Amino acid sequence: MWTFIIRRLLQSIIVILGVTAISFVALQIGGDPTYLYVSERATAEEIQQTRVALGFDRPLYEQYFTFVGHLVQGDFGTSLSYKRPALEAVLEALPATIELTLFAMIFAIVLAIPLGVFAALYRGSALDGSIMTMGMLGQSIPSFWLGIMMIMFFGLYLRWLPISGHVPFLVPLLQGHVVEAFSQLPMALYYLVMPGVAVGFYSLSRNARLVRSSMLEVLGQDFVRTARSKGIPEAAVVIHHALRNAWLPVVTMVGLEFGFLLGGVVVVEMIFSWPGIGRLVFNAINQRDIPVVQACVIMLSVIFISLNLLVDLIYVRIDPRVKL
Amino acid sequence: MASATQGLPQPAMNYRRREFRRAWRSMVAAKWPLLALLILVCVIFAALFGPQIAPLDPNRQNIMLRLAGPMTEGRGKTLFLLGTDGLGRDVFSRLLYGARVSLLVGISAILVGGTIGVVAGLVSGYFGGWIDDVIMRLGDIQLAFPFILFAIMFLVILGPGLANIILVLGVGQWVTYARIVRAQTLSLREKEYVEAARALGDSTVSVIFRTILPNIMAPLTVIASFNVASVILSEASLSFLGLGVPPSVPTWGSMLAESRDQLLANKWWLAFYPGIAIVMTVLSFNILGDWLRDFLDPRLKTLG
Repeated sequence: MWTFIIRRLLQSIIVILGVTAISFVALQIGGDPTYLYVSERATAEEIQQTRVALGFDRPLYEQYFTFVGHLVQGDFGTSLSYKRPALEAVLEALPATIELTLFAMIFAIVLAIPLGVFAALYRGSALDGSIMTMGMLGQSIPSFWLGIMMIMFFGLYLRWLPISGHVPFLVPLLQGHVVEAFSQLPMALYYLVMPGVAVGFYSLSRNARLVRSSMLEVLGQDFVRTARSKGIPEAAVVIHHALRNAWLPVVTMVGLEFGFLLGGVVVVEMIFSWPGIGRLVFNAINQRDIPVVQACVIMLSVIFISLNLLVDLIYVRIDPRVKL
Repeated sequence: MASATQGLPQPAMNYRRREFRRAWRSMVAAKWPLLALLILVCVIFAALFGPQIAPLDPNRQNIMLRLAGPMTEGRGKTLFLLGTDGLGRDVFSRLLYGARVSLLVGISAILVGGTIGVVAGLVSGYFGGWIDDVIMRLGDIQLAFPFILFAIMFLVILGPGLANIILVLGVGQWVTYARIVRAQTLSLREKEYVEAARALGDSTVSVIFRTILPNIMAPLTVIASFNVASVILSEASLSFLGLGVPPSVPTWGSMLAESRDQLLANKWWLAFYPGIAIVMTVLSFNILGDWLRDFLDPRLKTLG
């Protein structure tokens, strides 16, 4: 058990080092990074001064160690357009993105389980057919297009849901204003529905298919037949015997899910003017604010890697078959 | 084609013909894959002959007819079938041209990623040892972080462009191929016919590429068709973010990005048609992938 945890921990650290190395290399292949920091009219002397001041004249391995050293101390460089620490901008945008991702994740998992279970139980029926068709379609719709279509239909035509805006929930909660946070929750959810569904729909579709196929596999096994023949009610068989085993692949997906969702989050945030990392990245792209892009990438990767580590550790606890 | 098959002995040719007929029959029986194939043929046709069939120049602006709705008639009997955009450009013509970029990027990225992955997987599985360890650990690292973010970072730094986007999306795919090819190679390596090829004095390269590779093409084609779908989706996202090809080339993703400016004005056709084009193309690749998987080997069902 402990050797597994330590091995997994070391693995994660290596991956994080890999992430920093790639981010470092990415900056170098774009040419001399000094030019990002000087104005277009800078003289050769000014350029050289900036280069020395920022350490871009030193050997690459030395630069890399300095880069990692700074990261460990929480220094992600200075944003070129906002003239303030990149990490600050990222941390400011992070809660909104976490809210959106969490909502999408919960939506994609909580709905996928009943959909997948019913599709499996009524295999070959019209219900199964429509759930599977939706699943196929859901995996082919770009999240940002779904967002645009929902804005046009639910936002502008029916006027049911807000097309932009954000009510914070995590920030007041973390600051200790628990009552205030929960009184804002309904409003926060109201603003979350459309972007959240747009981000999570792809995952919902994939998860529903996943639950269905793993449910079908489990339902055909001997222990389920035994449970049925003992006269246990069908609902209990499905929930206690089959689902307990069938949802394991979904748990494995939870960690990876976050990565899939991030791809959607970046573009969907932009459509709904959601004040999160996606919008930050997009603005940084347009201004070629590379330190901010780098900070976002590293930050989100670290979250993603830690989450996967956590899932692996939880997995050991919920699946007694995993022997270490 | 005829000259290529003439050299084959009679039974092999018959076998091929029989297999092809079996595939066609299974496709017709399942109906949906046939429709998907039909849609893809249309998309490929649009991509190849876009300039010939497009009614108008996709970049010609018509200031007098900005944001005209679908079926608007212009001067001189020109018909704007799907309306015009904010600069008065014909949406239908741009849609036809957009098929080129989507297909080109989708297929080339798979060729890039597939080639890297197949070679890495073959080497890894056939030789084993430290080289296997290095390749597979590299793959683990790549799968351990959200790839789309890295695609964004590299494109911001390298600058947008067709070659860059193909390269970045291609490199993003190799691990999947490498893992499957490695697993298959490991089991094939010990088979009698591979040993026979070795015993007959075939070189290592020949054993790997002429004896092993042809026998693992089935799962590869299945993965490739799912992968084309996901790469087309990624390309659309990146174009949407302005990281795709230069603005003068119409793409479905960039058309959607431009439609955002008109979102509040309720010019629905600007967002609707490019989106439908993406969904239809991606859906077709997904349906074909599903069918191909069941057709080639029902045991592969877990791969999707």
